[in-house]
Amino acid sequence: MAELPLVSTPAGTLLTPYIAVLRSRMRAQQSYRLSFASEVFSAFLIGLIEFAEVWVIFHTVKVLGGLDLDAALLLFGLSNTTFALAQVMVGHLDSLPTLIRLGTLDAFHLRPQPLLLQLITSDISLRRLARAAVAIAVLTLGLMRNDIDWGPAAVVLLAITLIGGILIFGGIFVCAAGLQFFLIDGAELTNSFTYGGSFAAMQPASVFPPPLKILFGFAIPVSFTAYLPTICLLGLPGPPLLPSWLAWWTPVATIWVWLLALCLWRIGTRHYQGGGG
Amino acid sequence: MAASDLSDTIIDIENLTREFTLYRRNGKKWRRTRDTLTAVDGMTFRIERGAAVGYIGANGAGKSTTIKMLTGILVPTSGSVRTCGLEPVRQRRRLASRIGVVFGQRSQLWWDLPLRESFSILAAIHRLDPDITRKRTYELVEQLEMAETLDTPVRQLSLGQRMRAEVAAALLHSPELVILDEPTIGLDVLSKQRLREFLRAERVDRGTTLLLTTHDMGDIERLCDRVLVVDHGSLVYDGSLPGLGATVGARRVLVVDLAEPTPDLLDLPCDAELLTSEGDGMRQRLAFDAEKTTAARLLAAVSDRAQVRDLSIEEPEIEDIVRRIYESAR
Repeated sequence: MAELPLVSTPAGTLLTPYIAVLRSRMRAQQSYRLSFASEVFSAFLIGLIEFAEVWVIFHTVKVLGGLDLDAALLLFGLSNTTFALAQVMVGHLDSLPTLIRLGTLDAFHLRPQPLLLQLITSDISLRRLARAAVAIAVLTLGLMRNDIDWGPAAVVLLAITLIGGILIFGGIFVCAAGLQFFLIDGAELTNSFTYGGSFAAMQPASVFPPPLKILFGFAIPVSFTAYLPTICLLGLPGPPLLPSWLAWWTPVATIWVWLLALCLWRIGTRHYQGGGG
Repeated sequence: MAASDLSDTIIDIENLTREFTLYRRNGKKWRRTRDTLTAVDGMTFRIERGAAVGYIGANGAGKSTTIKMLTGILVPTSGSVRTCGLEPVRQRRRLASRIGVVFGQRSQLWWDLPLRESFSILAAIHRLDPDITRKRTYELVEQLEMAETLDTPVRQLSLGQRMRAEVAAALLHSPELVILDEPTIGLDVLSKQRLREFLRAERVDRGTTLLLTTHDMGDIERLCDRVLVVDHGSLVYDGSLPGLGATVGARRVLVVDLAEPTPDLLDLPCDAELLTSEGDGMRQRLAFDAEKTTAARLLAAVSDRAQVRDLSIEEPEIEDIVRRIYESAR
């Protein structure tokens, strides 16, 4: 007689279904050790190269958009930490077209959980933690090298920024996923949304012309993930349209992104035409 | 709610329609034309609790689209659909606990995990009680003979093994309605046989309602007591399998082995028709309508032209019957 499958997670708690899937994904990723190690290494390299780019620019220009190299460390650290951590959790959302083609999304419809929650918890990219590690190291360096007035306000602002930033980038991934229902082959357009957003977040927004300031400050508010908190922590006033006190409005920007994300997702799922077959 | 739960109807479809919008590029790059394809066109039928229904039709007839609307995957364009007394799209999550669905060419298992783990995860997803899960898994593993494959990663399973695993996965939460889309596609005879036996037993033991689409008439013959034939999004037949044969006029096939190579036997009496001819006409297959003529009269006509060495009679091919329904409906 066969030994029976063990169900280790107790039935009944609210998170059981999601935890069971996530645990299995983590186990699966670690079971191929060599490939996991090489993926971690390449994610680490990507993080380093991205940082090298910033370092080279500021090494030659000294000051860009009112920020020097030390301030740029903070800017890079914040934007990349939040983006990389969002990517760890929801980066797989950009493979939605593949999931549609394979019928995985149809299978999600047949399970008693909300689709978006199932999709978000259907995978987790542990290898991308390596990229987050580079970003966190740069962020730590930036926090040490800058002259920051370390009162409770700065600590709270940093916490709001890290949590809000991860949520903002996560929401942008969901927006892009919602759009994928309409653009099955539109991976490039939606990537420009997510990766473009992260790239814009790394730039000192003061150099943007007003339309871009409005785009990245308010429409797709990635400025809240790094630029605004950076100038706020450094006590700089900030350019027109993006004053540094806006950094405290990150929760509002987060709510806006998620409203947009949930709307696009809902419209997208209603538009869903099935995976064929 | 309680009232519809107690009723005997498990699937209730009325005037159900689903259209797809297709965009086609023609000529100039930015010009596109809009086409509307009606996959399901004003479909109406009911299925009683405990029934076993075969849902057949050609590729693209609208079978999968109907199933996707029944299960809450697709939003209907118009008309109404109730499954287990629920509205599939609006009450999808509640419905998901009460139905099991197998898509023959899609997997709902985790390809990189041992089968055993897929079952554990599905049990967690459906929030099943561990004791009930253990009992149910044991039952399924026994009946579907999967004991040796439990520790194999899903991607290494053979097609037959994977299909049985898919069925077990869809039935783990003991759904009252099981919908199978091409469950036997690509399976060998033995695997098909096992799966059919299992589904019959499941129906007898638990009163599970079965709805299956298939191209394999053996599935219909052995499992179903009602057949729905769909063509171009509409029902063209609803009734029993023998009734289906009677409706289109069951044609039998007389196979004659002749003593020597013979020209094709054409112009036979009573509309008998040559189907195939093999080995220089040494074996010829002749279709005839049992209501218009008898095998004996046809055999006599053949004997006038050639020496018959051996003969056999084939029962009506159901595929042929379905094809004829399509043709007559057109």
